[in-house]
Amino acid sequence: MVTAALDESDLRRRAWDAAARVVDPEIPVLTIADLGVLRQVTVTSDGVEVAITPTYSGCPAMNMIALEIELALEREGFAKPKIRTVLSPAWTTDWMSEDGRRKLREYGIAPPQAANSRRALFGVQDVACPQCGSSNTELLSEFGSTSCKALWRCKACREPFDYFKCH
Amino acid sequence: MAIASIQVSETPLVLYVLRRADDALILGHRLSEWCGHAPMLEEDMALANIALDLLGQARELYTYAAKVEGKGNDEDKFSYLRDVRQYRNLLLAEQPNGDFARTMVRQFFYSAFADLYWRAMMTSSDATLAAIAAKSEKESAYHLRHTSEWIVRLGDGTEESHARAQHAIDELWAFTGEMFAVDDSERALIDAGVAIDPAALKSQWQKTVAGVVNEATLSLPTNDWMQQGGRAGRHSEHLGHLLSELQSLQRSFPGATW
Repeated sequence: MVTAALDESDLRRRAWDAAARVVDPEIPVLTIADLGVLRQVTVTSDGVEVAITPTYSGCPAMNMIALEIELALEREGFAKPKIRTVLSPAWTTDWMSEDGRRKLREYGIAPPQAANSRRALFGVQDVACPQCGSSNTELLSEFGSTSCKALWRCKACREPFDYFKCH
Repeated sequence: MAIASIQVSETPLVLYVLRRADDALILGHRLSEWCGHAPMLEEDMALANIALDLLGQARELYTYAAKVEGKGNDEDKFSYLRDVRQYRNLLLAEQPNGDFARTMVRQFFYSAFADLYWRAMMTSSDATLAAIAAKSEKESAYHLRHTSEWIVRLGDGTEESHARAQHAIDELWAFTGEMFAVDDSERALIDAGVAIDPAALKSQWQKTVAGVVNEATLSLPTNDWMQQGGRAGRHSEHLGHLLSELQSLQRSFPGATW
């Protein structure tokens, strides 16, 4: 009995690790674990099931991510993995790991402000330039190259940059 | 060869969910018509982003409606294989884009409502609707902020932009009442705690809208006659044209995939 339980948790960890290595196709420095998109991995006698949550309702990366998870698990030897989308609780940028925030900054994208509240959404935004660190920045466009980003410009180093929106 | 439309068993809950799904799909489709045509690149991206959010909301709602109905329909069948009289969206959503001011005013009226509506729906006793609401609420807040900024910029801009924005408000005002209308089928869901009563949102909506419109040096019509019909499938002629484009592939090549 003890052995079986150990096996199961070991399998679960292997499945989690495989799924957690899948990266966001739009922001390839971030894994879905960094993003907080990967919610749960369960292993039962029926196989492995992975629960993910969409960042934005219409984010086209979700289909790609689901496919990549399937492939990653198949490669690890898990046959016919199931991918389940959970809507509740709704994804928030607060779930992004510290490691993820650092990786984003190094990649040239300003990470989301920490406090996800309507005040943060509508209040004064304080976004530091990921290139030079200056907070002398301005919003160029509320909507950027993907659903999750806005376009900003640094007034100190004059570089435009993406800001991962608070959500 | 064209194929026949699907039949939908419109129980009160199926109808309720389809109405909101249709709002999001049709309005999202209208915004997508701007793709490549917006006045500047940033706005082209913004409109496409808002369209994508709405499309995502529509997909979640259609998928839920299909599950509740349990007759083998799905998000694609609901979108591609219902005729104009089977669509249940607000008349506001289907109104043509017109000029940029008109598109912004239409989106502003809707987003000011959607922001309040989805936030209120987070308390729905229906767990799926509450979950969809929690996602949509955050997206709608961005849409409201973006369109509010544009209304102010257009209204308080040049003489030309002011006139166009005012004209758009005057033209679209009569379609705003439908957002707050409730029929018997919805009344039962409201009583059961599944739906919220939109009448309770009206004064806050008016306050939000009036605040932005005043800041934009524009004015709201005093005429309060309102046009309705979309929720019961009585649409303006514009929706049929929109659907002929949206559905053309599936109608011409049934079941086509890629």
